[in-house]
Amino acid sequence: MSALGKLAPWIVFAILLAIAPYIFTSGTSRTMLSIMALSIIFALSYNMLLGQTGLLSFGHAVYYGLGGFVAIHAMNTIIRNKYAIPLPVIPLVGGAAGLLFGVIFGSVSTRRAGTTFSMISLGLGELVASSALILRTFFGGEEGVTTNRARLAPFFGYKFGSQVEVYYLIACWCLVCVVAMYAITRTPFGRMCNAVRENPERAEFVGYSARMVRFIAFSLAGLFAGIAGALAALNFEIMNTQSIGAVQSGLVLLMTFVGGAGTFIGPIIGAVLVTYLQVTLSDVTGAWQLYFGLLFIVVVMYSPGGIAGWLALHEPLYRGRQLGKLVPAYAINAVPLIVMIAGGILLIELAFWALVKSETEGPETSIFHVAMNTHSVWPWIAAVVLFFGGAFGLNRTWPLVQDAWGSALARIREQPA
Amino acid sequence: MLEIITFSTLNGVLYGMVLFMLASGLTLIFSMMGVLNFAHASFYMLGAYFGFEISRRIGFWPAFILAPILVGIVGALVERFGLRRVHKFGHVPELLFTFGLAFVIEEVVQMIWGKLPADYRVPPSLDFTAFRLFDTTYPAYKMFMLLVAIGMFVALLVVLNRTRVGLIIQASLTHPHTVAMLGHDVPTVFMAVFGAGSALAGLAGVIAGPAFVTQPAMAALLGPILFVVIVVGGLGSLAGAFVASLLIGLVQTFAVAVNGSLSDLLGPSAADWFGDLGTVSVAQIAPIIPYFLLVLVLIIKPTGLFGTRES
Amino acid sequence: MTALSLQNVTKSFGQMEIIRGVTLDVPPGERHAVIGPNGAGKSTLFNLISGRFGISSGSIRLEEQEISGLTPYEINRRGLSRSFQVTNIFPRLSVYENIRCAVLWSLGYKYSFWRGVDGLADARERSEDIMERIGLAARRRDQAGVLTYAEQRALEIGVTIAGGARVILLDEPMAGMSRSETENAVALVRRVTEGKTLLMVEHDMGVVFGLADRISVLVYGKIIASDTPQRIRENAAVKEAYLGQAAH
Repeated sequence: MSALGKLAPWIVFAILLAIAPYIFTSGTSRTMLSIMALSIIFALSYNMLLGQTGLLSFGHAVYYGLGGFVAIHAMNTIIRNKYAIPLPVIPLVGGAAGLLFGVIFGSVSTRRAGTTFSMISLGLGELVASSALILRTFFGGEEGVTTNRARLAPFFGYKFGSQVEVYYLIACWCLVCVVAMYAITRTPFGRMCNAVRENPERAEFVGYSARMVRFIAFSLAGLFAGIAGALAALNFEIMNTQSIGAVQSGLVLLMTFVGGAGTFIGPIIGAVLVTYLQVTLSDVTGAWQLYFGLLFIVVVMYSPGGIAGWLALHEPLYRGRQLGKLVPAYAINAVPLIVMIAGGILLIELAFWALVKSETEGPETSIFHVAMNTHSVWPWIAAVVLFFGGAFGLNRTWPLVQDAWGSALARIREQPA
Repeated sequence: MLEIITFSTLNGVLYGMVLFMLASGLTLIFSMMGVLNFAHASFYMLGAYFGFEISRRIGFWPAFILAPILVGIVGALVERFGLRRVHKFGHVPELLFTFGLAFVIEEVVQMIWGKLPADYRVPPSLDFTAFRLFDTTYPAYKMFMLLVAIGMFVALLVVLNRTRVGLIIQASLTHPHTVAMLGHDVPTVFMAVFGAGSALAGLAGVIAGPAFVTQPAMAALLGPILFVVIVVGGLGSLAGAFVASLLIGLVQTFAVAVNGSLSDLLGPSAADWFGDLGTVSVAQIAPIIPYFLLVLVLIIKPTGLFGTRES
Repeated sequence: MTALSLQNVTKSFGQMEIIRGVTLDVPPGERHAVIGPNGAGKSTLFNLISGRFGISSGSIRLEEQEISGLTPYEINRRGLSRSFQVTNIFPRLSVYENIRCAVLWSLGYKYSFWRGVDGLADARERSEDIMERIGLAARRRDQAGVLTYAEQRALEIGVTIAGGARVILLDEPMAGMSRSETENAVALVRRVTEGKTLLMVEHDMGVVFGLADRISVLVYGKIIASDTPQRIRENAAVKEAYLGQAAH
C-alpha cells in the first residue's frame, strides 16, 4: 500500500472532525459532537482491554471518572491561584491521574484473567463509586464539583467559552489519542496483547509474562480513559459520581461491543451511534434504557462481532466483487425485519405508557405520530400482529440470505486467484 | 454490648445465609456450564416481586411455593432460548448476555412496579416476636428465614452427597468437560441446572423480600457483593462460597452495629489528618467492606480462600 | 557442561506419584528421545522441565543453572523452548504474526509500546527465515486457525524454534500425521534442530530410531533404560515393558 493509501483514512477522519460542526450547526448538535469525540477516546481505551487483550472490565469508568475529577480540581486550583496554565493542557492532568490509578488498581486486578478479572473489575468499580459518596470534599457529594473553563488563562486568545471552541479542543485531542492508540497496536507490545488474548499460555512459552502484558495494557487504558474524563469535565463543567459508576462502565461496554470489539474502528462506530441514540432517544421515549438493553442482547445473540464485525464479514465479497449478489436478498429481508421492529417498539411504547405514564397523563398518547388509546385493545392487537407477523416472515425469508451468501462464496472460489 | 454482639451475630448469620442461597446457585451454574450468571441477582429480585404479587392476591404460603417455581421456569426459558444460542460464541458473549439480561430485567421491573419500594409485608402468621433478649425483641420472621436457609443448605448437602444427580454435579465442580462426555443429555441438563439455580435465587427473594427492602435496585445492590463472595470463596467452590458468605454477612452486619469512627478514637484532630476519612463512621463504610476484603484476598491468595480452579 | 540435567526429579499430584525419581543428562547438541507406554508420565516430565508445573523434589538444570521453580517465561528466556502435543498457536493471528510474536523477546524488544513493529528489520528477516525453513512462507498471510493439521504442526515447531532457543523440547511433533506427512516432518525436525539440543517425546518408533542419538525409556515415572537406539532395541527390560503393545 502506498504511503498516501495508508494515510488516507486518517486524513478523512481529520477532515470529518474538522467540518462536522459546520454541517450540524445547532447548539445541541455541537454538544452531541463534542460528546461523541470524547466518547471515541473512552471507547477506544476500553477496547485496548477488551478487543486487544481479551480483558472484559466492568469498572472502566473508574479511570474516566477519576481523570475527570482530578482535572476539574486542577482547573479550580488554577483559577483560584491564577496560574498561567491554559485549558488545552488539562487533559494531560486527567491522563496522568488515569495512568496513576490504572497502575495502582491494575497491579491488583491483573493478577487474574478471564472471568475472575471481570469480577474484580466490578468489585473495584463498586468500591471506588461507593467511596465517592463518602469522600465528599473530593467528589462533591450528590451535587458534584463544578468549574468554569472560560476562567483559565487564554490560549492564543481563545477562552473556550463557546461550544464550537470546546468542540475543536476535544476534536484535536481525539485525533491525537486515536492516532496514538492505533500506533500502540502496531508495536511489539501491541502485538503481544493480541497474542495474550489468543493464547496466554503460548505467549508465556515464547518469553512473555502474560501478567505484565495485561498490566501495561490496563495502565495505558487508564491513561486514555483519564484523558476522556478530563475532556468530559471541561465540556460539561461539572463532574459527579455518575461518571464513575456502574452505569458509565456499562455504557462504554455497550459502545465498544455494539460497535465491534474485534476491529480498531468498531468502538469509534459504537461511540458515535450510542451517543446519538442516548441524546435523541431520551427525548422521544421514556423507555430508552430498555431499548439499550435489548439492543445489547440482540447484538450479543446475533452479531457478537458488533457492527464493524458484521461489515468485516463482507470483505471477501467486496474483494471478489460479489457484494451486489446480496442486495436483493437483504432488501427482501428488510421488509419483515422492519415490520417486526415496528411491532416491538409499539408494544414497548404501549406498555411503557400504560404502566408508567397513564396514571398521571391519561391513556391517550401518540406513537409514530399516530394517536392511540392504551385502554383500547386495538393498538395492542396491532402491535402483537406486527411483531409476530414480522418474526414469522423473517423466518421464511432468511434462507434467501443464506442462499445468496452461499452462491456468492462459491463464485469467489471459482474465480482465478 | 453483649446484646449488640448477639443480635449482630444472628443478623449477620442470616444475611450470610441469604448470600449463600444466592452464591450456591451461582456456583452450581458456573461449575456445570462455565457461565457466570450476571442476572442471578435479578432472579432473586424477580422472586421477591413475584412473591409480593402472589402474596397480595392469594397469600404468602402459596407465594412461597409458586414464586420460586415461576422464577425457575423463567430461568429455564432464558437458558433454552437465549443462553443456548450464545453458548457457541464462547464465555465472554455468555457473560455479556447475562449482563444485558440483568439490565433488561431491572428496566422491566421498574416499568411494571415503579421505582419506589414495594410494600411487601411479613405475613401475619409469622409476624410475632420469637424471643426477647436483653430488652430487645427478635422477630419470628427472621427465624423463619434462617430455618428456610438452613433447610436449603441441608437439602443441598443431601442432594449432592446422596443422590446420583448430586454426584454428577460434584464431578462437574472439578471436571466439567468429563461430565459432558458421560453421555448425559447435556442441553437438557443445562436447562435444568440453570432453572434450578434460578429457582433457588427466587426462593431467596421470596423470603428476603419482606425483611430486606423490595425495590428495583435490589439486584444492582446485591449483585456485586455476590460476585465478591464468589471470588473470595474461590470460583467453583461451594465450601468457599459458604465460608465467604458468612464472613461477609457477619463483617458487614458488625460494621453497621459498631458505628464508631476514627474521630471517636483519635479526637477531633482526626478530621485534620484524614479529612473525610476521619469523620466517616464504620457504619457508613459497611457497604464497601466486602470490596476491601476482595482486594485483600486478591493480594494474599489470588485463587480465593478455597479455590483451585483456573477460570 | 550438560545442556539439560535432571537429578532425581519427583512429582506427585496429591497422593499420586507420577514421576518417581528421574535422572537424565543430555549433552549439548544431542538428539534425545523419550519413549514409554501410555501413562508413563512423558508429558508430565515435559511440563516439569518447561515450568508449567512445579516439581515435588529434585533438581532441573539448564546449562548448569537451576530452573526448577521458575515461571515458563523465565525458563524460555534462558534458552529453552517447547512445543505442545495439542497444537498451541495463536489461532486468529496470521502465520507471519505467529512467528513474529515468537521472535520479539529474543531480539530484545520486550514490552516496547513506542517502536513500530512493522519497521523492525531484524524481526521481519528472522520471521521470513523461519517461515522458509518450516515451509509456510506461501501461507504467511493466512490465519493460523485455517491451516491444515500438518501445516499447523509445522507452525507449532516454527513458533518453538523462532526464538533461537538452544534446548528444544518437542512433545509428539508427529502426532496424528499420515506416513508422508511424517516423513516431511522428520526432515523438518532434523533441519531445524541442527546444532541444538533436542529432547523429544514420540510414539512412532520409526521416527525415534531414525532421528535420535540416544533414547530413554520412561515406565511408571522412572527411567528404566537410557542408551543408544541399537542397545535399547536389544534391552530385555524394555521389551518386557512393551510386551503386548503394538508397534505404531
